[in-house]
Amino acid sequence: MGMTLTEKILAKAAGRSSVKPGDIVEASIDLAMLHDALGSLTFPIVRDLGIRIWDSDKVVVAIDHAAPPSSLGHAEWVADTIRFAREYKIRHFYNMQGVAHQIIPEEGLVRPGMVAVGTDSHTCTYGALGAFATGIGSTEMAWVLAKGSLWFRVPATIKVVVDGSLPARVMAKDVMLKVLSVLGVNGATYKALEFTGEAIRRMSMDGRLALCNMAVETGAKNGIVEPDEVTWSYLKERYCGPMEPVSPDEDAVYDRVIRIDASGLSPMLACPHSPGNVVPVNEVAGTKVDQVVIGTCTGGRMEDFRAAAEIIRGRKVPPFVRCLVIPASAKIYRQLLEENLIKVFLDAGCVMCNPQCGPCAGLHYGLLAPGEVCVGTHNRNFMGRMGSPLAQVYLASAATAAAAAVTGKIVDPRDM
Amino acid sequence: MKMLRGKVLAKFGNDISTDDMASSKYVTSATPEALGKICMRDVDPDFPKKMAEGGFIVAGTNFGCGSSREWAPVALKAAGTKAVIAEEIARIFYRNALNLGLPVIEIPGITKNANVGDELEIDLESGSVKNLTTGVALKGIPTPEFLTKIMEAGGLVEFLKIDLAKSRGK
Repeated sequence: MGMTLTEKILAKAAGRSSVKPGDIVEASIDLAMLHDALGSLTFPIVRDLGIRIWDSDKVVVAIDHAAPPSSLGHAEWVADTIRFAREYKIRHFYNMQGVAHQIIPEEGLVRPGMVAVGTDSHTCTYGALGAFATGIGSTEMAWVLAKGSLWFRVPATIKVVVDGSLPARVMAKDVMLKVLSVLGVNGATYKALEFTGEAIRRMSMDGRLALCNMAVETGAKNGIVEPDEVTWSYLKERYCGPMEPVSPDEDAVYDRVIRIDASGLSPMLACPHSPGNVVPVNEVAGTKVDQVVIGTCTGGRMEDFRAAAEIIRGRKVPPFVRCLVIPASAKIYRQLLEENLIKVFLDAGCVMCNPQCGPCAGLHYGLLAPGEVCVGTHNRNFMGRMGSPLAQVYLASAATAAAAAVTGKIVDPRDM
Repeated sequence: MKMLRGKVLAKFGNDISTDDMASSKYVTSATPEALGKICMRDVDPDFPKKMAEGGFIVAGTNFGCGSSREWAPVALKAAGTKAVIAEEIARIFYRNALNLGLPVIEIPGITKNANVGDELEIDLESGSVKNLTTGVALKGIPTPEFLTKIMEAGGLVEFLKIDLAKSRGK
């Protein structure tokens, strides 16, 4: 029996010739990511148990959540993260240089066929590069640091075929919102999403990262894209070691196949209070907006900012609206500078923030008051996550968010 | 593992997230006491009061969706939760809860068959529940054997301690 992409990677990492959904395997880990917020629960365990890290070169530590800290409690996480990185000689340590989920792909640290885990549910982002990547708890991370392996139940795979090509101002984020409208927030619980089809092959790495980032929002264990020319050319500039292709078998068995025609897609929004509460933008057009966020590990990459700038250029953010622009990494920030896009955003009255997670996790930087409405390019709009439980949060593409920023209301970016 | 017996003290619908259990905006300290006090604040401000005597939560699908934060099971435990019986449990939360010694079990049909005040008996190993108040018995998803071992050891940290001691003793 053939294997899906996820099954193949897990079989190899477990030293087995084949696996099937439901098997429990012990897989060796190629990459382990910890950040200041949830790594801060791992560090004391590592110290208390006297754990010797199995391979510190396979460990990435990033300060991206409380970056910089806005309270004494957060300052303690950050201080302890720095202490840990020093004590354990972590070479891949990034102190407020952006979100780990952008830095890791950007630095070529995740590659096809790898098994990656992180103390963050959006670790599934790295599937864009053809890796098996998933979020784990802080205590499990202590286990990984000690043993270099972890148990997984092999997930059944849902194949998501996206045919055709995306119309203008319809982005990868819209594809994922469409997937969420089909699967709902638990349609893929314990499963893998394997993205394939013409529109995926044409999609940039930025788009693929956005797509896989939100796999967890369907309940999935991981999202993954088969490595192709886009993958190799992205990695060629970032990694010079050997890399091997990995692909699903032709006779792989899928739990379910979903087909989406990209050509027929329109801009979508996830309405309050669920990423699965998805409608086409025209259904909520006219809704007044108080805050716009363009950034985060979902929608803070160059493709997003170029799309946003195209709409924002020459326009103004109304004085009663705030628009936060948060590059996902310092490299992206620099690229914005080089492409003169920071000027576009500043001229419009946007607020340029430093690279970090932003208000998405509700830690700081743009929390919402009762009754306020936000359109953001991030991945979750659970009630109260980003501030008051009485605030309303809509998830959208960078193009739709930019259109909201300069009009102060939800509008179809194709009408701009 | 032995059977657990307790009273249902709170009941929730679908999609209760780890943000609901431990909202970042209220997490000022990672101590269990502090987390217990803010647990479920946005969805049910009286939750810690309801759970004070110690008992079970019954919930719908996708319980524990979202963030991988371990504050969530810590907060539930600190508030008095002895076990969670849900229609379906989100995967990262499922692992975290068992790793931290909070029994969680998936029992399809539980929301129709258990209410606040009912006395339940649950068996993690076989994945079954008996409602002692109504007499209804339900079968759900059994817990993998090695996970019950982790629970028996008192959680993953204790399990890892034993494992490390063994390998160091070699």
